[in-house]
Amino acid sequence: MAFIDYYKVLGIDKKAGDGDIKKAYRKLARKLHPDLNPNDKEANKKFQQINEANEVLSDPEKRKKYDLYGENWEHGEEYEKARKAQQGRSAGTGERNYSGGFGEDDFSDFFGSMFGGSSGKSNQSKFRGQDYNSELQLTLKDAYTTHPQTFTVNGKSVRITIPAGIENGQTIKLKGYGGKGVNGGPDGDLLITFLIANDPKFKRAGNDLYVTVELDLFTAVLGGEMTVDTMGGKIKMKVQPETQNGTITRVKGKGFPVYKNEGQFGDLYVTYHVKIPKYLTEKQKELFAELAKLST
Amino acid sequence: MEQQEYIPLDIFCRHHHVAISFISSLQEFGLIEITEVEQKRYLPVSQLTAVEKLVRLHNELEINTAGIDVVTHLLNRIQNMQDEIRLLKNRLRLYEDDDS
Repeated sequence: MAFIDYYKVLGIDKKAGDGDIKKAYRKLARKLHPDLNPNDKEANKKFQQINEANEVLSDPEKRKKYDLYGENWEHGEEYEKARKAQQGRSAGTGERNYSGGFGEDDFSDFFGSMFGGSSGKSNQSKFRGQDYNSELQLTLKDAYTTHPQTFTVNGKSVRITIPAGIENGQTIKLKGYGGKGVNGGPDGDLLITFLIANDPKFKRAGNDLYVTVELDLFTAVLGGEMTVDTMGGKIKMKVQPETQNGTITRVKGKGFPVYKNEGQFGDLYVTYHVKIPKYLTEKQKELFAELAKLST
Repeated sequence: MEQQEYIPLDIFCRHHHVAISFISSLQEFGLIEITEVEQKRYLPVSQLTAVEKLVRLHNELEINTAGIDVVTHLLNRIQNMQDEIRLLKNRLRLYEDDDS
């Protein structure tokens, strides 16, 4: 647990007055507020820090305690005990009861150690909880179909339905599954970014799929039919006579599902890779030689 | 037929401790839509997340309606650019795979 220099966090001098603190806090809050920095973990973290710094420095009692112990905060508890014992003997005043709405998770360990992890103010502004970011790995096949997925975030079981056609890098938001709100503010959101691994067979560009299939020389020359794997199953395709190596054919509606548009699909682009036969028999070689003669 | 759910504007304002005039000014700036049925004003539930975000910007950062309009516009532009970058990255990945 490290000492946190709250003055440095707010970028102010130790002699700064209440007005300066308020001004510095507002300026930074406008820069780092979670609503203005969606998906920015660093900004969210800094926002929590400036909230914490403001919480301490804008409260005269907390600021006094913070200034008194400073970097020797680890011994603060001993000082406090001694001070309270002294107060108890001399004046008999009651202990101040901190009963703010801050949760333990909203403050650093340093704050928790020094101020007991809860706020002393009841008239603080409400702040929305921090947004949590998480990543979910999917295969291309997973992204092809709408399917439910359950996972655990901060001890909460979350069940979501991942719509077919989700894109690599796309983020979906689950409202209220983020950090706890501060001072009764709303809870933050959980942002899940989907990372879709490359498929060894199919390549995706938007809603279109690309696949390369091997075509035997004889079908390529004479034409015919062949079975092609799509992500939704096998299809039969007609091959035109004299199909060249590298020819691309578009199969309409056999690509990737369009996100949140049920029943709509992109196209499948099939590239033919003509395979030259190996291990020819003597007879086949003769016939090829004859063909070669005919074509010269 | 698709059904749209609405929440009465006065209930929303009471719940969020915000003046009705502020929500009306958001409508004037074209940032939200308000529906009026039999002289009562309603917010579509589908807009709740967006309106709550605008209310937070106003309450927590003390940004006025004109400022919220600018912020919203710029955030939308950032979002569009991020979407475009993601799309381009995915397209680039297609060519990078071909090279490997």
